Amino acid sequence: MVRLLVLALLGFLSSRELAVFSADDASFKASEAHNNALDPRLHNGSEHPTQKRLKIFTFDYTHVQAPFEIALWIMLASLAKLGFHLYHHLPAVVPESCLLIMVGLLVGGVIYGVPHQASPFLSTDVFFLYLLPPIVLDAGYFLPLRLFFENLGTILCYAVGPFGLGDVSLLQTLLFGSLIAAVDPVAVLSVFEEIHVNEQLHILVFGESLLNDAVTVVLYKLFEAFCQMPTISAVDVVTGIGQFFMVVVGGVAVGIVYGFIAALTTRFTEKIQVIEPLSVFLYSYLSYLTSEMFHFSGIMAIIACAVTMKQYVESNVSQKSHTTIKYFMKMWSSVSETLIFIFLGVSKVRDSHEWSWPYISFTLFFCQGCIPMETKYHNVCLPFLGVIFLTSVVNKFRMNTITFKDQFIIAYGGLRGAISFSLVFLLDDFPRKKLFFTATIGVILFTVFVQGMTIKPLVELLEVKKTRKSPPSVSEEIHCRFLDHILAGVEDISGHWGQHYWKDKGDCQKPAASISPLLPGELDSIRTILTRNLLHIRRKTPSYNRHTLQWDGNAEEMKEILHRRSQSLGGNLTRKQGGASESGKELSKKKRLTRSHTVFRGFWTPFIVLAVTASLVGGFLLVCAVPFVSAKLYKLGGGFLITPGECHSSRGSQHFKEKA
Amino acid sequence: MGSRASTLLRDEEIEEIKKETGFSHSQITRLYSRFTSLDKGENGTLCREDFQRIPELAINPLGDRIINAFFPEGEDQVNFRGFMRTLAHFRPIDDHEKNKDPNVSEPLNSRNNKLLFAFRLYDLDKDDKISRDELLQVLRMMVGVNISDDQLGSIADRTIQEADQDGDSFISFTEFIKTANTSLEPWARLPGTTLHHCHC
Repeated sequence: MVRLLVLALLGFLSSRELAVFSADDASFKASEAHNNALDPRLHNGSEHPTQKRLKIFTFDYTHVQAPFEIALWIMLASLAKLGFHLYHHLPAVVPESCLLIMVGLLVGGVIYGVPHQASPFLSTDVFFLYLLPPIVLDAGYFLPLRLFFENLGTILCYAVGPFGLGDVSLLQTLLFGSLIAAVDPVAVLSVFEEIHVNEQLHILVFGESLLNDAVTVVLYKLFEAFCQMPTISAVDVVTGIGQFFMVVVGGVAVGIVYGFIAALTTRFTEKIQVIEPLSVFLYSYLSYLTSEMFHFSGIMAIIACAVTMKQYVESNVSQKSHTTIKYFMKMWSSVSETLIFIFLGVSKVRDSHEWSWPYISFTLFFCQGCIPMETKYHNVCLPFLGVIFLTSVVNKFRMNTITFKDQFIIAYGGLRGAISFSLVFLLDDFPRKKLFFTATIGVILFTVFVQGMTIKPLVELLEVKKTRKSPPSVSEEIHCRFLDHILAGVEDISGHWGQHYWKDKGDCQKPAASISPLLPGELDSIRTILTRNLLHIRRKTPSYNRHTLQWDGNAEEMKEILHRRSQSLGGNLTRKQGGASESGKELSKKKRLTRSHTVFRGFWTPFIVLAVTASLVGGFLLVCAVPFVSAKLYKLGGGFLITPGECHSSRGSQHFKEKA
Repeated sequence: MGSRASTLLRDEEIEEIKKETGFSHSQITRLYSRFTSLDKGENGTLCREDFQRIPELAINPLGDRIINAFFPEGEDQVNFRGFMRTLAHFRPIDDHEKNKDPNVSEPLNSRNNKLLFAFRLYDLDKDDKISRDELLQVLRMMVGVNISDDQLGSIADRTIQEADQDGDSFISFTEFIKTANTSLEPWARLPGTTLHHCHC
């Protein structure tokens, strides 16, 4: 606790000192400029002669101000996180998003309290081009694919549904509604870490928030364009809807194209492994920028790119590149997230002087006009009603129904955060903007702090009411795990990954039979031993903690098992096959082939499609152009026919190589 | 997938396998392609090395035992029928199977047979009882390297104590059924349709 205080104080002081320095320097430079402007030849005593003299020590802050401050903020946030985790009880109660907002408020307060030049602040470009992509890329890359696609229908319902149910009064409130409905994946996930939700729920909320972002941004731009148009006719509405679909589909298409290009590139990077992480990031970013170029949805593009790229890249890159990619992605998305929250805090404090203090403004806000209040309640109640309604519809089509407890979590866990804030910040000025701004911040603060902190106790309360919570007996735990391993093994043998839910350990339950009582201490120690040590293989959803990357502990265990295996296996293989190459290399090569063999079949599909289309077009041209046009078309048609031939033959030879 | 798959599996065979295991036609064909893709030696049977080549199986603590379960007593090769027979245990339990004929033996994927399969994976010496040693071996495989033998021993003792009802300090099959029945829930919910996503 003391350390936490010291760290915070240190950060505060250092930033304040430098702010003071900058203030001094700013006034310094200002007065110098002023004097020079008045009369260049007037000397003001000892201060600054107009001739330049060599100085031993110079201090130039404005030169580096922007990057320096940003780096300092990030450093401060990291130190705060460090301190936050040092004190064990705190993370269990307060989600990390709260912490980040508080840091932002602190920094904002510092900046506000010190006379300062304009600090770097959030502009449209900065947000959309630099801050948003890493977050989305991180989310898309680590998306658990099977679960996502299996639950896609439900997710789409949840993502798009609330928009359909939104209120239809003023256009501006519609705009507001669209951006306030943006559930923030960042905040939600950090909260879910604490309550250990099961996989299904995790993917539902995760997927929903992700798609929500995309839908929100698209609708936001749409409504913004609407707001600027003087009148709106029915044609415009239809065009708007058409544009919406176009944007989404276009974004996905662009992402998939880039994903395939990236997959192709990584196939050849065995010698130059340094390029691999770089290509992953570059291609994703390029897909984002390309789709923004066409006014498609960049978020959908990045997600599609990451999803497509991931399977091939994972088979192709080395282990080290894989680690690098993982860590860099986490790092960048953490930094982006931090910056966004800090901007939130900073601007909140900076603009708050229009409304006196934050807390007073929050209460004032409740007394504002009825429309914002209506929309605020609309959008807080809407999730609940919307979720319940949608779930009842969706449950008819699903095999594993979503329980009431899950629904509650989905509804209650809808924290708003960075995206809503950024979007409202970037609205063009119009009379209601300040109102929306404060309202958004109010909602964000409310959801993050209040809902974020209370969700865990509420969930536990619900769970206690619904099921008799009794810990599983030791043999049940062991048998559970045993059967899980068997199932996983059989799934691997049969080559498919079934819809096999790895529920949280606590779910393997049954009321404990009455057996000879063991000392409670002994039983607990057995249980802790088991929970800590039973090997978890094949964790299909990385329920990782995005801030600390803690699920890596199994890597060591896996390496050891693999090592043991390869030793026994290597001997067998060289004996049976009598190959010339060393057993280890043979083993890894064989392993790679088994994996990539199953994947490349799908890889050639677009080429097959291309080949078929090309041959059809060629045949058409050749046949139809015969009597009419010159010899040039013959050549064109012939060219078209040769191309698919090449494709087919190269594919055929590839197949032969693989079989051999 | 692959052009060879369907030609080598005759329709009568498919029918027989269908009757014996209860898989559907498409599932059988897909599993056959998986079988052939695993069969590197292309002689219509799988040996142990073919299984061991599956990378995820290598890091499964129970990998060896699962592989052994596929091979009948004393043999080193398993053909497609045997492969399917073992896999049939993992089909979801059909509570409303039409075949209620008491003379026909229980279908391979009944609850009992699933538990029998799991039981056999514990019971290495095939004496129909799980002894403390066998339990210890399994525990040692499932647990990391940080646990001392004493702790493991106490866990094994506790497990036997919870399950053992006739006091012989072995777990017989009936006792196993009682404790493992609730753990069987994930198996019971494996829908057969997901076999369509087979990566063949």
